This record gives sequence, structure tokens and C-alpha cells, in this order.
Amino acid sequence: MDKKLIVAPSPHVHGPESTQRIMRDVLIALAPALVVSVIVYGWTTLLVTAVSVLSCVLFEYLIQKYLIKGPSTIGNLSAVVTGVLLAFNLPASIPVWIVVIGALVAIGIGKMTFGGIGKNPFNPALVGRVFLLISFPVQMTSTAFSTEKLADVCSGATPLAFVKEGLKGGTPASELMAQINYGDLLLGFKAGSFGEVAALLLLVGFAYLLIRKVITWHIPVAVLGSMAVFSGILFLINPEAYMSPLFHLLTGGAILGSVYMATDYSTSPMTTKGMLIYGAGIGVITMLIRTWGAYPEGMSFAILIMNAVACLLNKYIKPRRFGAKK
Amino acid sequence: MNKLQLITKGILKENPTFVLILGMCPTLATTTSAINGMGMGAATMAVLIMSNIVISLIKNLIPDKVRIPAFIVVIASFVTVIQLLMQAYLPSLYQSLGIFIPLIVVNCIILGRAEAFASKNNALDSALDGLGIGLGFTLSLTLIGAVRELLGSGAIFGQSLIAGDGMLVFVLAPGGFLVLGYLMVLFNKLTAKKK
Amino acid sequence: MKSSLKNMVVVLFSITLIASLCVGLVNKITFEPIEKAKAENIQKALKNVLPEFDASEEKAMTVDELPVIVHTAKQGEQVVGYAVETMTTKGFSGVFRLMVGFRASGEVYNINVLEHSETPGLGSKMGDEGNSLLVSFKDKNPANMKQPLAVVKDGGDVQALTAATISSRAYVDAVVRAYNAVQQIKGGANVATGATSNSTKWSEGEPAAEQATAEEAAETVNEETQKGEDNE
Repeated sequence: MDKKLIVAPSPHVHGPESTQRIMRDVLIALAPALVVSVIVYGWTTLLVTAVSVLSCVLFEYLIQKYLIKGPSTIGNLSAVVTGVLLAFNLPASIPVWIVVIGALVAIGIGKMTFGGIGKNPFNPALVGRVFLLISFPVQMTSTAFSTEKLADVCSGATPLAFVKEGLKGGTPASELMAQINYGDLLLGFKAGSFGEVAALLLLVGFAYLLIRKVITWHIPVAVLGSMAVFSGILFLINPEAYMSPLFHLLTGGAILGSVYMATDYSTSPMTTKGMLIYGAGIGVITMLIRTWGAYPEGMSFAILIMNAVACLLNKYIKPRRFGAKK
Repeated sequence: MNKLQLITKGILKENPTFVLILGMCPTLATTTSAINGMGMGAATMAVLIMSNIVISLIKNLIPDKVRIPAFIVVIASFVTVIQLLMQAYLPSLYQSLGIFIPLIVVNCIILGRAEAFASKNNALDSALDGLGIGLGFTLSLTLIGAVRELLGSGAIFGQSLIAGDGMLVFVLAPGGFLVLGYLMVLFNKLTAKKK
Repeated sequence: MKSSLKNMVVVLFSITLIASLCVGLVNKITFEPIEKAKAENIQKALKNVLPEFDASEEKAMTVDELPVIVHTAKQGEQVVGYAVETMTTKGFSGVFRLMVGFRASGEVYNINVLEHSETPGLGSKMGDEGNSLLVSFKDKNPANMKQPLAVVKDGGDVQALTAATISSRAYVDAVVRAYNAVQQIKGGANVATGATSNSTKWSEGEPAAEQATAEEAAETVNEETQKGEDNE
């Protein structure tokens, strides 16, 4: 099968894009956020990232060599990206052995079980993260601090968890809001998984990816837009019981998830209309979980749920062929 | 087919869980620990053997059109009997398996064997078939339960091997699916080589 | 066999008849052992949460819209404690039921989890020995704890289980309900209020005589308890 020539209809254009180039751009876009995480949480974040990347690459190499018995695929850097994204979804205080388990699940279950890159229906890094979140809830939800500034922001809990607890305890939203500094949220001085904290630099990375045409704007904008609309409506109905849209956009995995995870090629729809529906679905599910669910954050669950729908979107929303009648 | 083959085929060639993929609901729901899996498997096996015997004995008396309702009545009676006996003499196991015992009635393995085997064969062969399939089901459930217990709570048959918790996901429903899937892969890989 | 209306009716009827006879027979045989097993279960749970006693009587009531059963345990004529089968609907996975044992003086003697479906490894820890919730309540009179009774996060002094705040809140809710039930039996005022339970209203209508015996009994309980703890 492998040796058959695949022929697609003309025109055939050779482009400079390769998986490796795309993955390298993603890594470049993620680099500034990593720098911020080191400033905020200290050097442990580098250690976690390194362990995550190395184990992802190692597992992909071993599985490809001994179970799939195909040519090595680690050269395309996709395992490196999975490793970085997985690490970005973990708190800095996570024990290293948990990171290794996460990498095994992400690569082994999330990716290689389905046949490797391009064949996985779910984002591998998120499979790893959700697996860890359910398996090790204590380690996954506790955050350690290294700077004094951070400890002041809201002791211990991520802003989302802090607000959720507060609202449940009957504290009005405006009072909670007063304790939150939007500048800190934007720059990353807050508790959380360490890659998702620096909202501003993640947005810079987004701009870079747009310029390099690695991704299009549709999915991130649809995700963030639907989140803003959803939380905006709730906020207008009762500003004392719900947080403002800006808060929701700057906290948790909103930006990291919408820009870097939801846009994964093999797990998202191919048409622009499909992308918009997919993005809106992620935004709405995220907000449903954040507002009424048991977990404070729902981005990873939302992306995985919509990953499952992506193939249906591809099937039912096809672009009209040129010249075909309606 | 000799008598021994009747028993062994249920364990390997026609393993209800890994090959026939029957009775998935109790498989996923009750295998949170090895002992629970074994209890469910044993209860199912008991019902399966008895219903197979009875159905093969009365197969010639049952009109074709009411075949299924007649089978179900027989199976349901045996399940109720097992449930009452368990409640009386094994209350702790009954508590942990709880609502899944009545569900044995609708376990497709039992009706499947009644329809596919017991209604065409004599009582002895049907009993052996029930024993074989039942053993296969029990072994698979115990295996799944053992793996989930080991990974999920670091214990095996209730004996703690490590301090603290394991990977909780394996005790929960998603872990059931994962373990079942990967064991199925492993099982089919191992049995395929023998051919 | 060919089906006709007559043989279908006859066969189905006789099969159901025989089947129901068999089930009826087994039911008759197992009726007593089942009742015995159930009673033993309750006795075992009672023994676990109460100081030594030789007789108990139960009373069902409704507190905060949920049913509870209060077992009043007596040693001879003296009340030595109360065990309350209490429940809450506020758990992470809905309803769970606790058996809370109080000494006659009002201190919590022990708490047992009867039935729960909380997340394994998180909320399920409330059933473990020496978990933080149990330790927070054990040997304390809820009336003397920081009011309203609540987990630390909500301003009380109950240590919640790690990463299981919702289950912990529900646990407190159930214990408050149990305590209020005992107060109602004793006829005392409803002292403890939970942060999560709404304010409760009922008439304080139990005869004062019972309250007196309960308080008298409190004196002797302390000795009893030590014996009980040695046995464990």
C-alpha cells in the first residue's frame, strides 16, 4: 500500500511547507510564554518542559520502531510540540514521574494508537492532560509559587478556581473582581498551568503564526468570540453573579487552548465554515463547564469533545465544487 | 467437537469479552476491582450453566414464535434466584455488585448462548458450553478488574502493593474503556500468532 | 416446534407458572437470612459509631426535608448515645449516606460512611480511617465548634479533604443534619447551623423529661467510652 503513488487532481503546486517547518514555527511562537513561565515560577518549568519533550520524543521513537515498525517520525518535530504543549498544561509543581506518565499517555494512547501523526482524532497533549487531571487531581490542581508577588494575587488557587469558590460561597462578583488585577493576568502573574499564564505573549505567538500562515484566524477567534458573547450575556443579566468576559478570556487555558491546541490540523475541521462552528462549540462548552460545571476550567474537555465532532463537520460541511450547481 | 473443546473454546477462540464482544455493560461497569469482576463473572456463569441446561431440556416443548420470551423467563428466574441467594449468604459481594445482578438478565451472552447453542444441543453439551463461556467471561472480567485495580489503586485482590493512590482514571469509567481496548488488542495479537 | 395459539399460551403459561413457583420457594428460604444479614449490617454499623450499648430503638424523622433515622442506644435504662443514619444530596455525585454516632453528651463518637458514589481517591477518602473530616469532628461537640459549621474555606474549622471541597461540604451538611436530629430527639434547641443548609424551622416539642435523662446519662458516658475504645 505504501508504495502506491498517490495521485490528486491537478493543479500540482510544490510548496515550501513541511510538517517540520510548521512545527518549528509553533515552537517559536510558544517560546516567549516559556520565558515568562520561568520568570514567574522559576527554573522548574524548564525541567518539566524538558522532561515532557524528551519523554514524548522517546516514546514516539520506541513505539514507531517496535510496535508500528515504520520509519522514524521524530524528525518532524510533532512529538516535540506535543511535549511542549503537554508541559504548558501542567502546574509547575508537578512531580517529574507524573510528567513521564502524561507523555506516555499523550503519545501512546493519544497519538500512536491511532497510527501516528495525522491519524489521531484527539489532540494528544490534551489527552495526556485530561488523563492526568482525572488520575492525579491533587497534584494537578495544586500550584507552587516562587515569587512573592504571585503569592499575593490569590493564594493558591488559580483565578478561575478562586472565583468559582468565591461565587459559590456567595461573595458578589464585583468584590472578587476587585482582588484581580488585569495587568497581572495579561503578563502572567497568576497561578495556573504554567504555559497558560502569559496571555499577552501567547497572543504575540498567535500573531506570529498568522503571519507565517501556519494557522488561520477562524478557530481562535470563534472560540474566544463565543466565550466573550456567552459570558457577556450572563454578565449583563447579573454582574454580581457572573464574571466579566475579559476575565474569562484572560484566565485559564482560553488563549493557549484556542490558539495552539484547538487548531491542531488533524483534529480540527478543514473548511472555514466548519472551523467557525467548531470554534464556537469549544467556546460555548468551555463557558458551560466554567459557569455550571464541577471543574473550574473546561477548555481541555471542550476541545476534546469538539475534536470528536470534527470529522462530522468535515463530512457535512463541504465546500461547493467549482462549477457544481447548488 | 469433543467435550474438552466445548469448554476451552469459550476461553480462547470464542472468548465472550475479547472475541465475541458480548456483555459489555457489566464488563465495563463492574470491573473496578479484580474481586468485583470475578464475582460478576461467577454469577453470570452460574446463571448461564443453569439456563443452558434447562433450555436444552425444554427446547422441544417450546413453540418457535414464543422462543425468546420463554428463554427470558427462564433466565430471569435464575437471576432472581441467584440474587436472593447472594443477598442472603454473600451480603458484602451483593452490596458491591448491587444493581448489576438484575442486569444479568439482559446480558446478551446468556440469551445468545441459549439461542445459538442450548436450543440446538443436548443438556450435557449445553452445560459444558455454559461452563466454557462462563469461564471465559469470568477470566476476562477478573483480568480487566485486576489491571484496573492495579493501575487505579495500586492493589490486587484488595492487597495494597503501593502506598497512596494509583491513577484514578482507571477506577472510573474511561479507564474501563482504555483497559478493555488495550487488553483486546493484546488478546487478539497473542491468539492471532497461534494460527 | 410449530406454533399455534393454543400451544403458545399453554407453554408460556406453564413456564411462567413453574418459574414463579421456583422463585417463590427460594424467596421463602432466603427471606430469613436476608433479614438477618440486613439487621446484622445495621448492628455492625451501630457498634462502630457508638460506645458500648445493649439495646437500641430507632425513630424515623425528617430534618431539612431529608429523612433521617435516629437510633437511641441504651445501656440498661441509661441513654449512652445516638447513632443517626443521615444523608445529604449535596455530594459531588449526588446523594450519600452517613452514620453519625454521638455520645449522650453531644460529642461526636465516630462517623461511618454507609453509602456513597463520590469520586474514588478524592471524595471517597471520607470513608478512610483518620481522614481530615472525621478527625475534625471526632470527640467534639458540634455546638462548641466554630459556628456556622463549615469547612475552613468557607470560614469554619472543619478540615476539608484535599481537592474534594464539594464532598467535604456535603459531609458537613450531613453531620449538621444528624446533630439537629439528635437535638430534636433530646428536645434541645437547634444549636448547630451549617453554612450550606438553610435555616431550619421546627417546633421544639420533645418532652423535657427525656432531656434530663439524656444529660444525666452524659456523666457516666465518659467511663463507658474508654472501655469502648480499648475494645477497638
